[in-house]
Amino acid sequence: MSFSQMSIRQLQQSLRDGKTSSVELTRACLERIAVTDARVNAFVTVCDESALAAAAEADRKLAAGEGGLLTGIPIAVKDIFNTAGVRTSCGSRILENYIAPYDATAFAKLQQQGAILLGKLNMDEFAMGSSNENSANGPVHNPWDLERVPGGSSGGSAATLAAGQAYATLGTDTGGSIRQPASFCGVVGIKPTYGRVSRYGVIAYASSLDQVGPLAHSVEDAALMLGVIAGYDPADSTSVDCPVPDYLTGLDGGVKGMKIGLPREYFIEGLDSAVKQAVEAAIEIYRGLGAEIVEVSLPHTDYAVACYYLIATAEASSNLARYDGVRYGVRQQAEGGLSGMYEKTRAAGFGDEVKRRIMLGTYALSSGYYDAYYLKAQKVRTLIREDFLKAFEQVDLLLTPVAPTAAFKLGEKTDDPLQMYLSDIFTIPVNLAGTCALSLPCGMDGQLPVGLQLIGQPFDEARILRAAQAYETETDWHKQRAPLD
Amino acid sequence: MHSRYEVVIGLEVHVQLTTKTKIFCGCSTAFGQHPNSQTCPVCLGLPGALPVLNQQVVEYAIRAGLATNCQIAPRSIFARKNYFYPDLPKGYQISQFELPITEHGWLDIDQEAGEKKRIGITRIHMEEDAGKLLHGGNSGSRVDLNRACTPLLEVVSEPDMRSADEAIEYLKQLHQIVVYLGICDGNLEEGSFRCDANVSLRPFGQAELGTRAELKNINSFRFIKQAIEYEVERQAELLDDGGKVVQETRLFDADTGVSRSMRSKEEAHDYRYFPDPDLVPLVVDEAWIARVRAELPEMPLVKRQRYVEQFELPDYDAGVLSAERGVAEYFEALVDLHAQPKICSNWVMGEVMRALNDNESTIVDCPVSPELLAGLLKRIDDNTISNKIAKTVFDEIWQTGKSADQVIEEKGLKQVSDSGAIEALLNEIIAANMGQFEELKAGKDKLTGFFVGQVMKLSKGKANPGMVNQLIQKKLSE
Repeated sequence: MSFSQMSIRQLQQSLRDGKTSSVELTRACLERIAVTDARVNAFVTVCDESALAAAAEADRKLAAGEGGLLTGIPIAVKDIFNTAGVRTSCGSRILENYIAPYDATAFAKLQQQGAILLGKLNMDEFAMGSSNENSANGPVHNPWDLERVPGGSSGGSAATLAAGQAYATLGTDTGGSIRQPASFCGVVGIKPTYGRVSRYGVIAYASSLDQVGPLAHSVEDAALMLGVIAGYDPADSTSVDCPVPDYLTGLDGGVKGMKIGLPREYFIEGLDSAVKQAVEAAIEIYRGLGAEIVEVSLPHTDYAVACYYLIATAEASSNLARYDGVRYGVRQQAEGGLSGMYEKTRAAGFGDEVKRRIMLGTYALSSGYYDAYYLKAQKVRTLIREDFLKAFEQVDLLLTPVAPTAAFKLGEKTDDPLQMYLSDIFTIPVNLAGTCALSLPCGMDGQLPVGLQLIGQPFDEARILRAAQAYETETDWHKQRAPLD
Repeated sequence: MHSRYEVVIGLEVHVQLTTKTKIFCGCSTAFGQHPNSQTCPVCLGLPGALPVLNQQVVEYAIRAGLATNCQIAPRSIFARKNYFYPDLPKGYQISQFELPITEHGWLDIDQEAGEKKRIGITRIHMEEDAGKLLHGGNSGSRVDLNRACTPLLEVVSEPDMRSADEAIEYLKQLHQIVVYLGICDGNLEEGSFRCDANVSLRPFGQAELGTRAELKNINSFRFIKQAIEYEVERQAELLDDGGKVVQETRLFDADTGVSRSMRSKEEAHDYRYFPDPDLVPLVVDEAWIARVRAELPEMPLVKRQRYVEQFELPDYDAGVLSAERGVAEYFEALVDLHAQPKICSNWVMGEVMRALNDNESTIVDCPVSPELLAGLLKRIDDNTISNKIAKTVFDEIWQTGKSADQVIEEKGLKQVSDSGAIEALLNEIIAANMGQFEELKAGKDKLTGFFVGQVMKLSKGKANPGMVNQLIQKKLSE
């Protein structure tokens, strides 16, 4: 992987210059997958043949001076994106052989720009999890330490980058599912503002929180990817018709005079000391770059996790009702007619965490409990959003840790859902507020990467990207590579 | 009706809208197509597919709301109604719950002796229909999702009706309105207008409502009447015997005339309604409402009244002409061209409707357009042809699509008003009937008719009868 230190733009230039070819790049990725993925388990489907065929086609286009922003670049997407003709299992037994007849909009946009699909990436079942241990395809192992989790739910999307198997990926983030794995695997991940990227064709977990975003080796690559997938989609009523700026222009504008807020509720006891040190060092770098650092308050932060696990599970309980064995997916035959079939299909098809969340959500919406749980949670959500909007009256962006710790050990939290849920404590509020945030490498806890979270105002991805770029230019954390042979 | 109890009826009507495409996707709503041929990822409920609201459905809902005196909500919300059934691809139906598009309306229904009674309309909301199950022998049941995601309006009335007849009167009027508005084809057999009835009894004078039973999915006015009357009797007998009515859903069997319990209150679903996060709140601004209001057709009752006042038509004529929007439009187009409303009314109610009936056709397909018919009436009016010949000409226009003038010309049906020609005919008749002519001269006036008739016969109906009469008088005075 001699190209892995090159940005996508540089890579494309050398493709256009004929210094290398897409077939060569793609073959290198596929070989790397073949050598490493038995240990990492980032891929659930590898598209060897179609990837090489697409690469050959890309080379023809590049030679003719045609193609788009990603022509010839090998990428991979989380197995939650529908890809026509390629299996989309969403980490679940219930969809283990499901092949969608249509493409998700975000994936289609990557293809329109010429990206080469290497395959589909492992994930927590229906994006429910923080460690990628809830996958019907087995857990993903963190390339920095194979005994540790890569984070979740987009564990495959982050780990494949850390393992040097792909140049960029797509993930989804409902409560931190892009940022937390990006942090655990030492890569850059963006959760755009809700409505910035189309959700059409992305299998829903919690519709009001789910958002598509890129993961990449650098801020610049992430910015380029975001520019490709962002924008209004008439097929998604919740996508917002708001102009998409060119994220690459002005990326190097620096942070001089930028006002960065530190929410005091995010620097608390329980925050791992190595994480704390890394984040504090990052703050000093920003100060040195001319940013103004001020403390702010997001007073309803404490309620975010509880609020999230009511709203997300309520929506999930309804979103997952369609997996009933009637039209697609795995059906279990059973005695007891229709309801017997439903029960057995869903009992066998869903894993424990998915069942737990469906039950939680069903309960929260039940007659007699709706007001106390779902409705109350919605009110709290409004307060959390207002916290952010008020903070943004004082500052341009917020800086926080991504997660309280670096990557934890496989199995460490599987018996304690609540501990697992708390690993998303710093990322969940952003989804509830519906605004944008990114994670970028900012240090090491021993051999494990630590991530820094920058939270931006709604639809102001450009500014957090600029701030991230300023930091990245000043540091080398993103150039560290996982010690994986 | 049972004399000891007051009957209380509220109705929920599902009105299937005639939009070309479904409520949340672009698939066609055409009826009777090959199973599952009109589907896409959205209406199949495939993973990752998302609904997009059809604006035409909103437009139709606003029309229905305005026509039933409802208030249109500036902001309304789509909600998910969650339950499992094989014809429901997503495991939930997208409907409206807490904030429907329109509420608080009413309709006035006719009662005996010309009295009006006001029936409250609680709400009208938009929702998607489910698919259909095809149950077939050994092969098990199959699912056809062509109907899934077809747009419906659910019109919920207040429990204001006190008899099956009132319920039918309300339904007929609602039916007429939605058809008039052009938002529903009104086809009861195909299920475009389906009714659930909530029926309860209470002793006269009691304020609180009795326990109700819900009668599900009845698709003809006659069956609704039967079902309600059966239910009233059933509940009255129960109460008379000291029993209690149980809250339940009942299914009426039109073949046996009996209903049976489908599920009790305890078995009722908890639908876990909540706002659909895939759809943004629907905002309807004043300008939109104003535009729909301005484009709203005149409602049948208003039209009927206007016909009486403006055209001085008998109430009967006004009622017939306004009952169907197409007929009313035809009539008004005709009056515009031929400003003799009563004559126009006679022709529309007479020849036009007769011919439509004979040909099993409808007014929109009528081959004799208002323009063609006006051309015909003009020729009656200017004495080119007689009323009687006009009917022959009408039939010829119907067959050929030619203008009245063309038909009259080609068939030589022009009324003869040339006094010389008529006199020649008259002379011929007199010569052949000298005896009768003498009698006429002697004062037997009745014979005038005979001579007119003979001349008309000889002229094959074309002689101007008025002129014939004049000439006879002239002969008599010679």
